[in-house]
Parts: sequence; C-alpha cells; structure tokens
Amino acid sequence: MDLAVVVVIQILYAVASLALISIGLAIIFGMMGVINFAHGEFLMMGGYAFILSYNAGVNFWIAMLVVAPVTIAVIGVVVERLIIRHLYGRVIETVLATWGLSLFLIGLAATVLGYHQKGVNPPFGTIRIGAYQEGGYTFFVIFVTLALMAALYVGFKYTRWGLIARGTMQNAQMASGIGVNVDRVYATTFGIGAALSGLAGAILAPIAGVLPEIGVTYVVKAFITVIGGGAVALAGTGAASSLFGAVSQAVTFLSRPVVGEVALLVVAIVLLRLLPLGITGRYFRRGL
Amino acid sequence: MSRNALGLWTMGVLSLVLVFGVPAIVETFALIDFTLFIAMAILSLSLAFVWGFGGILCFGQSAFFGLGAYTYAVAVINMGESTVPILLGILLPVILALVLGYFMFYGRVSDVYLAVITLAVSLVFYYLIGASAGEEYKIGSARLGGYNGMPSVPPINVPGNPSAAVEYEALYVPAAVLLAVVYFGLRALLASDFGRVLVSIRENEARTELLGYDARRIKTVALAIGAGIAGLSGVLFCAWGAYVSPTVFSLVFTAQIIMWILVGGLGTLTGAILGCVLIQYLATWLGETKIADVNIVLGAIFVAIVLLVPSGFVPMFARLGDTLMRRRGEAGS
Repeated sequence: MDLAVVVVIQILYAVASLALISIGLAIIFGMMGVINFAHGEFLMMGGYAFILSYNAGVNFWIAMLVVAPVTIAVIGVVVERLIIRHLYGRVIETVLATWGLSLFLIGLAATVLGYHQKGVNPPFGTIRIGAYQEGGYTFFVIFVTLALMAALYVGFKYTRWGLIARGTMQNAQMASGIGVNVDRVYATTFGIGAALSGLAGAILAPIAGVLPEIGVTYVVKAFITVIGGGAVALAGTGAASSLFGAVSQAVTFLSRPVVGEVALLVVAIVLLRLLPLGITGRYFRRGL
Repeated sequence: MSRNALGLWTMGVLSLVLVFGVPAIVETFALIDFTLFIAMAILSLSLAFVWGFGGILCFGQSAFFGLGAYTYAVAVINMGESTVPILLGILLPVILALVLGYFMFYGRVSDVYLAVITLAVSLVFYYLIGASAGEEYKIGSARLGGYNGMPSVPPINVPGNPSAAVEYEALYVPAAVLLAVVYFGLRALLASDFGRVLVSIRENEARTELLGYDARRIKTVALAIGAGIAGLSGVLFCAWGAYVSPTVFSLVFTAQIIMWILVGGLGTLTGAILGCVLIQYLATWLGETKIADVNIVLGAIFVAIVLLVPSGFVPMFARLGDTLMRRRGEAGS
C-alpha cells in the first residue's frame, strides 16, 4: 500500500516536472508557431539566476520565484527583438537560429559562469510514507506546476490580455486590422514563455543542479512533449506530459531509468505516427 | 560553357587534386587530419541530399552515421576482416531508413514532426548504447562498453587480406576516392529522373502526386540512400580513429551536421563539403589556440548565417558570380 502511494507520487512528479520544463516552450510554440531551441538554455540561465542571487544573499523564495523569471523574461524579450522577429512564419529557420543561440549561450555560460557553483539544497526535508521517504520538495514541484497551469488557464481565458493574445494566435492579420499591436503581443508572449522557462529552471535547480550544458537534457524532452502535444499549448502540454511522464516513470519502476527514457521516446515516436499533428491535432482542438 | 558544365569540370579537377595532388605535398600528420574531414564531408553530403534536395529535415542523420560506425566496429571485431563489415555498415542504416521511412512517410508525417521522430530515434540509440556498459552487453566477442565506447577497433584492410591494413595516412586516398564517388554519384542521381522527381516533391508534394508519382515511396528511397552514405561515413570515421562512442548519436553531433549544410547552403552539394571543412577546421583551430570558446563562436556564426545569409555561402557566391558575368557580358556587347 505504501509502495503504491510512493509510485503514484513519483508518477505525478514525473508528469509535473515534464509539464514544468515544457510549458514555456509550449506557449511560444502554440501562440507564435516558433520552436525555441534555446529553451533549454533559458532553463539553465534561470537556474543560474536563482543560485547566483541566492548565494549573493537574496531570500530563497524571492530568488526563485521573482529574480529568475524576471531575468529570463528580459533576456527573452531581447532575443525576440534581435533574432526571432525576423523569422516569423519560418519554423525551420527559427529552429536553426535558436539552435545557434543555444550553442552561444552554453559557451557564454561556460566561460563567464563556470562549472563550479555552490549548489542549493531543496527545502522542506522529507516526509515519511510508511516504510518509505519522499522529499517534501517533490510535493512542492507538483503543486507549483498545477498552480502555474491554472494561472495560465485563467490568464488566457478570462483576462483582457488573454483575449487579445488568443485572438492574435487565431488570426494575426485580423487582430492587427482591429487595432491590436501584434508586434507587442508577440514580444510579450515570448517574454512570458521565457519567464516560465526561467522559473522552471530555478525550481529544478536544487534537484538537478546547474551546469552550462544542462539545457540539452531539458530541451529534448520539452521539444518532444510540446510537439507530441501539438499546437494547443495548455491542453497539449498537459496531455502529452501526462502520457509521456506516466509511461516513462512506470517503466522506470519496472526496470531501469534508462529504459524509462527510451520508453518515453518510443511512445512519442508511435504517437506522432498515429497523430501526425500531435495530440491536439485531433483531440482538445478547441482547448487552450 | 554552361555554369553546370563549368562546375562539373571544376569539381572533377579538384577531386583529382584531392586524390593525387594532396598526398604528394601534405605532411603525414596533416593527411591524417584531412582523412577525418573527408569522412565528415561524406556525412555532410548525405544530409545535403536528404534535406537540401529531398526536403526531408532529418535530425537523425547521426543515427545512421552512428549505426554504421557501431555496425562496422562490432562486425570487424568478430570477423577480423573488414570487407563484409564495411558493407554491413552501409546496409544496416539503409534498412533502418527503409523501416523509418515507411513508418513516417506512409503515415504522412512531415516538417517539424518528422524532425522530432528522427531526433527521438537517434536518442534511443544514444541511451541504449550508453547503458551497455556491463560485461554482459556484447555481440559475439565485441563489448559495447556503454559511454566509454569501443576502443581498438581493427582498421580497414585490403579486401581478402586481413594482414594488409589500410590505416593512418594510407586511409586518405581510399577516403578521398569515396568522397569523389559519392559526390559525382549524387550529382548523377540528381540529374536522373529520380532526382528530378525528388526535387519536385520538395517544391510541391501535392502537385507531384497529382502527376502520378508516389511521393511516399520516393522519399523513403531518398532517405535510405542518404542513410547508406551516412553509414559509409560512419564506417570511415570508426576505422579512422579505431574508436566509436555514443556521442555520435548525441544532439550536439546532429547540430553540427545541420550547421555544415547551413553554412555551405541548402540545395548544393559543393556547399555541404565546403561548409563541413570550414566549420571543422574552425572548430579544431579554436580548440587548439583557445582564442575563444568554440560554442560561442560557432553559435554566433550559426545565428548570423540564418539571419544574414539564409541561403548559405555557396549559392550567395554563385549569384554574385552570375551577376558579375552578366555585367561583363553587357559591357562587352
């Protein structure tokens, strides 16, 4: 029984962390049709922003929940203005340009920030479940992810800004025709996506640590989850990360972590064969 | 003389120089470096064909390359003679590509979704071979060795004579010949009916299908041809360094191949070779002199090319050349 509880918690955690690392990318892809391959580096920089400011004496929660997302949002807007906006409507070119950007940022982080940052221990200690122990931080990650998804849902569905953003997503020319500043909506959306990536990087930093190359491990999973989910950002990410996270964690329990990783990839491959436009290419098309 | 014929003659002369001239003037040590560049140029050509002419954005070209390298390593360790292993190193990637092509193209997967599938396939290899560190993971007498890779892979030998090894600088000439064969082979293929149909699928798949061509089949075959060439490159790479490790399946390696093509220009074969050699040379040079971090420089070049020279350097210079020729022609008349 205790084992069952632990297994369920672990699966929830796998789903949540997958959704967490993907949501920033998903918003940018769903809203703007842009695949940001430097997404992993946004997470990496979020982790650095958190750890550097925390080690410099900033309060733990402020460093994680404010400093990291705001820093990465600013970087995101700069990237959008300098690079992305020249490439709208050309998916492949944006993939390539942001891939270059990702190499650039890895190199920059390795040169400027280096490999030896003092780590941060996850707070909350551990919680006993019968004969097992579970880190309290695991619950925090699950909770934050749920809260983020809910906040995004409300933000897109019920606010004026969300309405404008959704309108721009559906038909940018029409939105522009009725007076929406499409340029600014795109820049803001990219900034929000970047902020979410920075936040995710900061939240995962106590568990995963920070390294200049850590983005590579994130971006592949995020990329696969977002594409598997399809063009509808929230529903797609939710559905795809539930499927991929659950399968990969369940397989990890039955065999080894590496088999779990492979299972995730295999499920993604088969999924895209059956639903060539991702899950939301067929289901939840009218979702968010 | 037309530009096409001119280009063909130039490349013919260049490949003669590459095969016969270079070994006569270059030092042994540099020749060994050149051999690696040549193996990589063959890989670059394979993606240039699949992506530039077939319009198939394959993020898994490294899967075919790595499969070729690993197949060669496993087979040659078991057999001790290199002829069959080389053929297997080409054949297995082709089979993988046929299966994958059937799976993707007949399911009408395209674009970015296709990129994800091919990327996922190469990462499956990366994880699986990376996890093969234990004693129990061996094929015949070949241990896979996990992330440590497979060391001391026997070199290529003269067919039928295992004691006559073709290694170090001696590998250069066969490699250069193979590069020329692949290059001219691809040009011939592209000039054939098959090549024309392939390019027309890239331009407009629906119209080509309405003319009665089966785009799914043609794309599958194109992917398989590219895979065979990538496999050959993997064999050369593995025989060159007597070593192969799972990094050949990694995302970073894939990014490199795509970058070579991008620098040289999408839709040219010459550009793929030039881009590959330029970037490889630059990366080696930066690594040795430590003037700047390799990633920073390559990343900046990557971004700059996509933004400023989206067609790549070779098409840009070709256009410039055309303009100059035309001006001169006008001035002369």
